[in-house]
Amino acid sequence: MTTSRTRFTAPQRLLHWLMAICILSMLFIGVGMVSTVTTKYLTLVQIHKPLGIAILLLAIVRLALRFIYGAPALPPDLPEPVKLAAWSSMVLFYLLMIAMPLIGWAMLSAASYPVVLFGGVHLPPIAPVSPALHTLLWNAHKYLAFAFFATILMHIAAILTHKLIRNDGIFETMAPTFGKSETK
Amino acid sequence: MVESPASRKSLPLGRLVLIAAVVAAGAIGFAYTAGWLSPHRLTPKKLVAGLAPPGGPAPGHRRNHAKGICFTGTFEANGDGSALSKARVFERGRYPVVGRFNLATADPNAKDAMVRVRGLGIRITTPGGQEWRSAMIDAPVFPVSTPKDFYELLTASGSKDPNAMKNFIGAHPGFLAFAGWAKSAPWTSSYAEERYNSLDSFLFVDEAGAKHAIRWSLMPSALPVPISPDDLAKRGPDYLEQEITQRVAGSAQRWDLVITVANPGDPTADPNKAWPADRRTVNVGTLIVEQIEPERDGPCRDINFDPAVLPEGITTSDDPFPAARSAAYSRSYNSRTAEEAAYPRTETGAKQ
Repeated sequence: MTTSRTRFTAPQRLLHWLMAICILSMLFIGVGMVSTVTTKYLTLVQIHKPLGIAILLLAIVRLALRFIYGAPALPPDLPEPVKLAAWSSMVLFYLLMIAMPLIGWAMLSAASYPVVLFGGVHLPPIAPVSPALHTLLWNAHKYLAFAFFATILMHIAAILTHKLIRNDGIFETMAPTFGKSETK
Repeated sequence: MVESPASRKSLPLGRLVLIAAVVAAGAIGFAYTAGWLSPHRLTPKKLVAGLAPPGGPAPGHRRNHAKGICFTGTFEANGDGSALSKARVFERGRYPVVGRFNLATADPNAKDAMVRVRGLGIRITTPGGQEWRSAMIDAPVFPVSTPKDFYELLTASGSKDPNAMKNFIGAHPGFLAFAGWAKSAPWTSSYAEERYNSLDSFLFVDEAGAKHAIRWSLMPSALPVPISPDDLAKRGPDYLEQEITQRVAGSAQRWDLVITVANPGDPTADPNKAWPADRRTVNVGTLIVEQIEPERDGPCRDINFDPAVLPEGITTSDDPFPAARSAAYSRSYNSRTAEEAAYPRTETGAKQ
């Protein structure tokens, strides 16, 4: 699923950086909201739900773009274990981006909470009301969130290594561009 | 960036340190946000732990208001609330209700006569899936003004220091308004004879978008008959549940839902402060309690009566409690649902 392009397409790059902001915000909102009893709690919860659904939708679009446009090939001199790590983290990111919102949505359903996006816009429940299921989903949501953040930190460490130590062009495949450098 | 092959061979220490610093900054920011670096932050975990008796919480049960019994019924809106709020629940009509009568104690086996404060949790569902949840109590004011003060009250009341409560009251004289009620208000021998108050203020949003600061109360149709706690104790430890079951089996019980509208300047942020008695009130409908069911297999068991679950047309006000309660109730719900095995359902009732 690689392409002869040296960079991801502009829509893919846009989605990457947009989702990076959304997902990092989401993870900080998540750990922040469950550790406060101030009025910020309600504000954060109100952002958490629609933002999660937005990430789910963006992830589906992004996955489709990946199938359509593929990804630039990794440098041929990259050691196989590193290639495997890159592939694994990519798969893990897609799984988490799609699973986390669904788990959150199902978790609220299992606890019989209304899933309010904004105003009077509700989502239907996607799981039966069940304390056992709620507990399972709640734990999954929590521990996968930590795993998600850890994976992001590793991703950042890896890409900075590619850029600052190896300077092998991988960072440039996803780097944001501002207009003129597009005509390469 | 151009680098010679030689410089790629030698370890670029500075750059490795930079990478480590970026990752560490991310991790520290995350830990700070999660409260792991702030042991003094009042977290839901701390607040809920503060409610636990010395022996720890009762697994599987609500962390407060642990003793209770479910009911189902109807909210019959008369249409008069629509002038204040565009919420569907105020349009003339009948809407299904699931609720719970309860005692404000962390002990699900507490004796009725040992618990001063009684409560009522309610969920009203309107077509389209909107919900209004509320948890009210029979006290006319809340014991304290802020969630932080509430935590201090829990700490003081659980303290071994004989002066802890005296010191707390000295620092929070507002507590005396609640204590006065607790000491002198008559007890009743029925959940049906209690008035239940939101205490917290909320905002009703009308069709024009105007916001009205309000509180609400459920006013019983049943006439309160005073009873001393001693006489209540003689009727047995679970008399209230037996009484309400028999009473509702005999006839449905009713409460008027009365909205009190604040005047400008009324203390909307402080549930410890009553509003003057002359404030405008609007009777918006009737709660009809039609059936009682034990909690163990009842329809209220798996519901969190989270006061921040509000329909379009009702929002929180500057009162800090609904947020704190919502955060703490969620914590309590997550804990008790994970301990379901400690409070097993009976086999016939193992639905849902």
